[in-house]
Amino acid sequence: MTSRATVLGRIRAALADAPADTAAPLDRTYRRRHTDADNTLPLLVENLRDYRAIVHEVTPDQLPSAIADALRRRGCTRVVVPAGTPETWTADVSGIELLGDTPPLTVDQLAAADGTITGSAVAIAETGTIVLDAGPAQGRRALTLVPDYHLCVVHAADVHASVPDALGHLDPTRPLTWISGPSATSDIELNRVEGVHGPRTLEVLVVRD
Amino acid sequence: MTGTFLGMPPFPEAAHDAVNNAQLRHNLRKATHTIRGKRAAVVDELDDWPQLRAAGKAIKDHTLRHLDRYLIQVEEAVTAAGGHVHWAADADEANRIVTDLVRATGERDVVKVKSMATQEIGLNEALADAGIRAYETDLAELIVQLGDDRPSHILVPAIHRNRSEIREIFLREMAEWGEPAPADLTDEPRVLAEAARRHLRERFLSAKVAVSGANFMVAETGTLVVVESEGNGRMCLTLPETLISVVGIEKVVPTWADLEVFLQLLPRSSTGERMNPYTSTWTGVTPGDGPQDFHLVLLDNGRTHVLADEVGRQTLRCIRCSACLNVCPVYERAGGHAYGSVYPGPIGAILTPQLRGTASALDASLPYASSLCGACYDVCPVAIDIPEVLVHLREQVTEQPGHRAERAAMKAAGWVFADPSRLSRVQRLAGHTRRLIPKRLPGPGAAWTDTRNIPEPPAQSFRDWWAQERGSDGSPRRDDA
Repeated sequence: MTSRATVLGRIRAALADAPADTAAPLDRTYRRRHTDADNTLPLLVENLRDYRAIVHEVTPDQLPSAIADALRRRGCTRVVVPAGTPETWTADVSGIELLGDTPPLTVDQLAAADGTITGSAVAIAETGTIVLDAGPAQGRRALTLVPDYHLCVVHAADVHASVPDALGHLDPTRPLTWISGPSATSDIELNRVEGVHGPRTLEVLVVRD
Repeated sequence: MTGTFLGMPPFPEAAHDAVNNAQLRHNLRKATHTIRGKRAAVVDELDDWPQLRAAGKAIKDHTLRHLDRYLIQVEEAVTAAGGHVHWAADADEANRIVTDLVRATGERDVVKVKSMATQEIGLNEALADAGIRAYETDLAELIVQLGDDRPSHILVPAIHRNRSEIREIFLREMAEWGEPAPADLTDEPRVLAEAARRHLRERFLSAKVAVSGANFMVAETGTLVVVESEGNGRMCLTLPETLISVVGIEKVVPTWADLEVFLQLLPRSSTGERMNPYTSTWTGVTPGDGPQDFHLVLLDNGRTHVLADEVGRQTLRCIRCSACLNVCPVYERAGGHAYGSVYPGPIGAILTPQLRGTASALDASLPYASSLCGACYDVCPVAIDIPEVLVHLREQVTEQPGHRAERAAMKAAGWVFADPSRLSRVQRLAGHTRRLIPKRLPGPGAAWTDTRNIPEPPAQSFRDWWAQERGSDGSPRRDDA
């Protein structure tokens, strides 16, 4: 007998006396969200900052200069720019090498880069979370993992109040990365330290469009 | 479960040493109280917490009731998405599957994401026997591994270590495993974390094979979910060519939408955060992004035994948040090692004896490692009635051989209580001989009196007092009239 048959057989035997599951649909009386639509954007900014991300709110017109300013402040010389990133985003950037990922960069090239600029798929206000789905302007997962600095653009239209709201806007067949602040550990006497293995700095540009 | 803890003394003995270790008690108290406070604050932010908790319980119960169906669904979805699914009836089989998969890659090193399931089966030891070195990459697991130590908490395995101990371990051991610690290493948490970052960086960038567990797997889509903080999980799940995930069969949830419940319950209950810094989800393989060879090992290893017990099966709802550890007065004083298992605290006290059975003295002692205060039940995000299961397991333990004295005593007590005149005679006898009753019982009874005082019998029983005061007809005696 295969182990598959063994395990499934054990499960069926274990449940032989279990009462039939009630046909009634599962009680989902929990809230779909815990905040008003008006408060969604301010709450996202507040919660991102609470988890030590650097956050700026900008208009669409200000985005190119905000990106250039952020990279300059950070002292970047080589920055990864995923496929599908709008050219306008980097229009004001000068004196910085922009690395595309086609053909794919090696891990050593990624490790040698100062940072990555990406967009995002969805953001969640209540938890201060940004979700990347490897779509346009986000690239594969390693791009936002290996370099030490992540500059992330979030459009107000993609900001949802809650986890239940956000899940419905995500495609589970894509690889997803949910980011709530920079990498952090609390393993040493429960002191929070940012940046263990992922990026040590997360900077977010929230675009009110 | 793993042989790591074989030969451990029963809980009271192991706990005895721990409670006398002032440093350990200080570390534990500080840590558990800190997380407890953070958890309470973020749970209070959600006024629908009771409804979320009820939904979490209901989803898990429903899934367990149809576990066969949902596991087959996971298998189909993962396979359709380009992954491979393996079934492991026990620890040995799971270890053999993983070892063979690693061997097939030709690699001798694997990086690991913190995983309770692989600790449970003793995977690192099995790989070592096959000449394969497994590197733990979670900071706390790294501290435990370098210190040749055992984990003492589900979420914060090195909770028993303070910063100066960690510094010593890093200085002493890191060079043996790779990039050495810098000579000027201080005991600042930031500096220690930086040393760990450097120590593991090369390892991550060159690793070809990774082993992980999963917090959830979604039947509907075949999606696996790993919840973490440091980014070591993302490194292992993304950079290697081959990914092997060992996942307990109870981790399945039916639909993608069900994650909306658990991704609210888990981070708030475990680290006391609104959301953990990183959550990764993946479905099979994605061309051009992440490992191109993905294996899911579905692990039974005693879980179907737990499922077969009507009272005990609720244990399989556990999402390993560890909230129960942080509120437990027994865990806070005894520490995690006393439980002799990778699952310590209240959940360990019910999960371990169900997974392993209660044949050993250690496992038989675990259902008693509790004051039954119920704090664990109150905080459990999936409402596992841990005290109910503890009492149920105690009943099972007393039914097995080796409790003759206790059973004889209970039988005698039953005979006495069955007849009021017998009871009065015994009470009178006890009252008259009260000066002769020792403080400490001899023989097997000593185990009882070592931790409890024998109540002194009253000089006169209530029945005798009542008869004396009111007479046999029950009317008050008016002696003063």
